[in-house]
Amino acid sequence: MGSYLLRRLLIAVPSLLGISVVLFTVLALAPGDRFEELATNPAVPPEVRTALRIKFGLDDPVLVRYVHWLIAMLGGDWGFSFVSRVDVGTLIMQRLPTTLFVIGCSQLLAILIALPVGIYAATRPYSFFDQVANTLAFIGFSLPTFFTGLLFILLFSITLDWLPFVYRSDISATGWHWVLEYARQAIMPISVLALFQAASLTRYVRSAMLDVIRLDYVTTARAKGLAERVVIVKHVVRNALIPVVTLVALQLPAVFGGAIVTEQIFRIPGIGSLLISSILANDTPVVMAVTFVFACLVVLFNLIADILYGWLDPRITFA
Amino acid sequence: MDGSTPASPSLEATKAPARRPRSTSLALEAWRRFRRHRLALAGAVILLLMILAIVFGPSLWPVAINDIDFKARLEGPSWGHPFGTDDLGQDLLARMLYGGRISLAVGLAAMAFAIVVGTLIGAIAGMSRGWVGSALMWLTDLFLSLPQLPLLLLVIYLFRDFLKSLFGAEGGVFILIVAVIGGLRWMPVARLVRAQFLSLREKEFVEAARALGASKSRQVVRHILPNALGPVIVAGTIDVAAAIIAESTLSFLGLGFPPDIPTWGRILFDAKDYLDIAPYWAMFPGAAIFLAVLSINFVGDGLRDALDPRKVM
Repeated sequence: MGSYLLRRLLIAVPSLLGISVVLFTVLALAPGDRFEELATNPAVPPEVRTALRIKFGLDDPVLVRYVHWLIAMLGGDWGFSFVSRVDVGTLIMQRLPTTLFVIGCSQLLAILIALPVGIYAATRPYSFFDQVANTLAFIGFSLPTFFTGLLFILLFSITLDWLPFVYRSDISATGWHWVLEYARQAIMPISVLALFQAASLTRYVRSAMLDVIRLDYVTTARAKGLAERVVIVKHVVRNALIPVVTLVALQLPAVFGGAIVTEQIFRIPGIGSLLISSILANDTPVVMAVTFVFACLVVLFNLIADILYGWLDPRITFA
Repeated sequence: MDGSTPASPSLEATKAPARRPRSTSLALEAWRRFRRHRLALAGAVILLLMILAIVFGPSLWPVAINDIDFKARLEGPSWGHPFGTDDLGQDLLARMLYGGRISLAVGLAAMAFAIVVGTLIGAIAGMSRGWVGSALMWLTDLFLSLPQLPLLLLVIYLFRDFLKSLFGAEGGVFILIVAVIGGLRWMPVARLVRAQFLSLREKEFVEAARALGASKSRQVVRHILPNALGPVIVAGTIDVAAAIIAESTLSFLGLGFPPDIPTWGRILFDAKDYLDIAPYWAMFPGAAIFLAVLSINFVGDGLRDALDPRKVM
């Protein structure tokens, strides 16, 4: 197990490096200069500008700048936000837990919806239930998250007035009342993301189940006289879920995209809305850092999926 | 082998006339299969109606998209304004017909871009037997693990002004959005094409072509590529839907097209602050995006069934 872990980690490093190269290339290719403002400002003498350029190494060769940037990023030195004058690292650390909470809950809810529906549909392929589930899944992943979000707000906040549509981080209540208030405001964003995820996940679960359910060992299990329930739950589902784990991880980049949109709609103070607001405010250090954090999260979850995969599937050797 | 040699001229003679009608019946066969998928057929009809509406609609409903009329602001649907008006009194039907052109054009152009890049990379990776193939697949996997929307936003943030100055507001944003969406969606196509190429290049008919002295490019273009095209068409169809969603998402976040180009996502972005007093304003563009994407997804599903000859229907 140890060497398998190490190998996976060693595979994750080049992909992180690759992502950092892509990000830096985009930044380096971008026209314009962060010191453009100083150049046009008559109050700043040209000598000061040149000194600043040398200090920040803006005229160094690209490769040198990349190495400096990478070392700074890895060392946690992400610079200062131009707008809020705060360390970018602390800014992101303030926002990250909210995002992870919303994404985590929505993934959990999506799995809780998709597993039973997909399994039940696969045990009765082309039945009425299967067709309804399939059609609903199609509708689910054709509804963009921003439209579902607006529909939810319209229905549950404006028409029925059940749930608040603005996410507040400063709820004044304490104790159980606070938990209740927090849960109430988190319901809509979490379910918007979860429904979108559940729709595609249901189809994956169903097709993974159908791949396994026809195998000979399942027939053997039935021939032994095991109850259908035991055959499905103990023999089919366990093997069918192995590819689903990878698919959940591969879906994560899309989940982050959905999270940015929902955070924007419900005004959740997470890193997605931080990204949008800093783009609108031309706050380059924050934009770069948030994108890098998203990339790191994707690589991290791919790594977790690989490890889970190795743990679930004994055919993968750890040696 | 020996036994088949004398038989082949006569076989060829009987097969040659039969080949032509067969190639037309292959398309007919696909159409027959496609028709059996009722939801796909419904999707195709809805999609066709939408395309007709956005192509001919603006000439049948000749209201200017930027005709400001403060007396008629935030009016609900009526005969004068079938889809109502927005906060400046602009007619929403006219804006949606115009915006639909942009939204669908972005979807199609981004799909074409992704298909071309994906097929090219997949084909090279599938034909090469050395390090080129594995390097290209490593690149594909790297791109697959990029967080798409953040990167999309980053690129647009950094390059928007530059391209705007180069191609004008509308053209610059169009080129940028198509290139970025297409540039982040070619990976599934590349993997599909590579997988197809890996199996097809070892098949007997390709070997026969190789034995006859066909060059590598002729093998690819005449023999392998046509056989690999089915899954690519399906993936391309789904890509149109994904590109429409991506463009709408960008516009919805206020980072896509400028306000004077009312794509469906942009109308939704403007409408979201008036949700309590003018819900219809958000409903129409949202429903249009949803219907377009749903129809395209169903058509893709129908094509998947129709283009897979192994599937018995």
